[in-house]
Amino acid sequence: MYLDADARKCTGCRVCLTICSLYHFKEVNPKKAALSIDAKFPKPGKYEPLICNQCGICASVCPVEAISENNGVYIIDPDKCNGCGECVKECPTQVMFLHEDSPVPIKCDLCKECIPVCAPGVLFVKE
Amino acid sequence: MDIGTPPSNREELIMFGYAGKTLRVDISDGKVSTEPLSDRLIRDYIGGRGFAARILYDELKPGISPLGPDNKIVVASGPLAGLFLPAGGKLTFASKSPATNSYGDSNVGGHLAAEIKYAGYDVIIIEGVSSKPVYLYINNDKVEIRNAHKYWGKGTITSEDIIKNDLGREFEIAVIGPAGENKVKFACISHDFGRQAGRTGIGAVMGSKNLKAIAVKGSKSLKPADPDKLLSIGKKAFADCIKHPAWKIWLEQGTAGVTVWSNEQGSFPTRNFQSGYFEDYKKISGEVMVKETIVNNKACFGCPMACGKYARTNKNGKDYYVEGPEYETSAMIGGDCAIGNIRDLTYANYICDELGIDTISGGSVAAFAMECYEKGILTKQDTGGVELKFGDIKAFEHIMNLICRREGLGNILAEGVKTASEKIGKGSEKFAMQVKGLEISGYESRKAPAMLLSYMTCDIGAHHNRAWAIIHDIQAGRDVIAGKSKKVIELQHIRPLFDMLGCCRLQWVELELSLDYYPQLMNAAIGKNYTMDELLKASERVWNLTRLFLIREYEKTFGRHFDYPPTRVYENGVISGPTAGSKIKKEDIERLLDEYYQRRGWDKNGRPTPEKLKELGL
Repeated sequence: MYLDADARKCTGCRVCLTICSLYHFKEVNPKKAALSIDAKFPKPGKYEPLICNQCGICASVCPVEAISENNGVYIIDPDKCNGCGECVKECPTQVMFLHEDSPVPIKCDLCKECIPVCAPGVLFVKE
Repeated sequence: MDIGTPPSNREELIMFGYAGKTLRVDISDGKVSTEPLSDRLIRDYIGGRGFAARILYDELKPGISPLGPDNKIVVASGPLAGLFLPAGGKLTFASKSPATNSYGDSNVGGHLAAEIKYAGYDVIIIEGVSSKPVYLYINNDKVEIRNAHKYWGKGTITSEDIIKNDLGREFEIAVIGPAGENKVKFACISHDFGRQAGRTGIGAVMGSKNLKAIAVKGSKSLKPADPDKLLSIGKKAFADCIKHPAWKIWLEQGTAGVTVWSNEQGSFPTRNFQSGYFEDYKKISGEVMVKETIVNNKACFGCPMACGKYARTNKNGKDYYVEGPEYETSAMIGGDCAIGNIRDLTYANYICDELGIDTISGGSVAAFAMECYEKGILTKQDTGGVELKFGDIKAFEHIMNLICRREGLGNILAEGVKTASEKIGKGSEKFAMQVKGLEISGYESRKAPAMLLSYMTCDIGAHHNRAWAIIHDIQAGRDVIAGKSKKVIELQHIRPLFDMLGCCRLQWVELELSLDYYPQLMNAAIGKNYTMDELLKASERVWNLTRLFLIREYEKTFGRHFDYPPTRVYENGVISGPTAGSKIKKEDIERLLDEYYQRRGWDKNGRPTPEKLKELGL
């Protein structure tokens, strides 16, 4: 089970990024969100949402075994994580983020908060 | 009138909702400083255009040249910009306008307002003039004036792309084109490949300072006073927007959806406002765009409507990408210059965007020149051999290039229709469609007195965004004069409030998002207890302050004639369409103004009374 996107519908508004940071960190900052949007302008004029597909590579590369799977969702244990950034480096979709405010990388926990506020209906859960 | 002394320990306090700081940059010598926002500025002026009006009123000496070294540019967002709510992405650019020689502002959507706040600033004040082309580089606390030689001379779309390649695609850019560099008085500031701070010629002010662009990247957080409340109110507001029946058509067609309606109402400016109905409107409608040109829906920051329609057209075997046309572009170039073909109109939009010309004023200037040509006031000798006919895309492109280069006739037209008509003469002043020096935007309003009054009294010149009152004309009776000022004033306080808060008004206007949300969102963000009435009072304060700015600039000559519409409105009837034959009597114009001034607490000459100023704390 993971978050998926119909990229053709994305309008690049970034509301998913704002709600992600507000829900998890109680503050608004798109750079502290567990997804991002690549804007391809002026040509061809498309947006590409980059989102975690819960592939688990982060868990397999973590040197301190801080990332574990629960019902198909990979979660970082902040008590075990040493912030080395190996998972961020190895993430194939580049959707794990380091931010100076956060001792552990920022990663999608499939909270699904972003789905209902995405007006054009880009985001959905894939079983 | 000082704006209050900031508490000395403010830097250490957490500022909720706001970023908390003003960045001041003197581009003459590269001096950069920051100042904390003062409590009084926040309390009385809220943000955005409120901040800008107060700062410019206090810091600009009367009588300075808008394109000289003493003018300043204020870039300001508001408390709601960059937060979680529908469309918190509005940024105000303000300056002494070269179009009106008075207070001018223009807002832009996209992602720049949010990014500036994430970089740590609510306001940027740009002063001085650089001796060579530069751009302002902001990466959080790192602020530098950098050489822009490489970008100078290039179009806005081209240079935004190159700057992003040079600095990183995550930078948000505001940039001027050749029109701004050459100080065309309706040059715009572009952002995000298709969003513009279009009006009042602030692109020319940037050009006069040799400032090509502003590039911003920020990674700081905005801290709401009550994050849980902001989350829950914001979610509810998004749900309300999405479930509105009009939401789908807005997502599909954006503002271009208004084109058909406007023609049915006879309010679509056509051939320099000779008519309110364009016979080819169905060929440039939103529906046609969906079928032929739109490649993607493009939203500003946090917007559920995504009224930006990113489009592609082909000209002479080459593809051109541009955002639009929006309704205003369809009206002012489509109708007003009679370009009745969506592919040509999209290309015309591209030309203006790349050159950095406001499509509203640019369309009006081209339409004015075309009417002069039609009437024989201008001839081929003036136009460089080109037949400057309505409906001719080649003629439109030619005249835009002349204007942008300030070449021949273009040098006269680059001043805007007011000054151009004074220079050209031969009766052309009567159809120079402007108020206070700013060209009228996309609504023919001879049979819409409230809309006409909105244009007449708009504080930056004839712009629709302060009071889109045509709906009220349709509801209350299109020939009714009495009582129209009440709605106009109400709208002139509500609508500019969005430009103070830093968010878009269209969710309220088009999706009927309740106004109750805004004080709630504001209070959750900044931790205060504002009521809507208090916010509207602040908006009225700003409206009176910008009026004081106008009066101060024109002290000796100021009077109610500053609020008069062009002669065409009462001398010529609309020539075709649903409003054919309509004109408005001169005495009705005086009645509209009398009632408006009285209701506002202004005297018969349109000056705020001492009592009104006292009431507003001015």
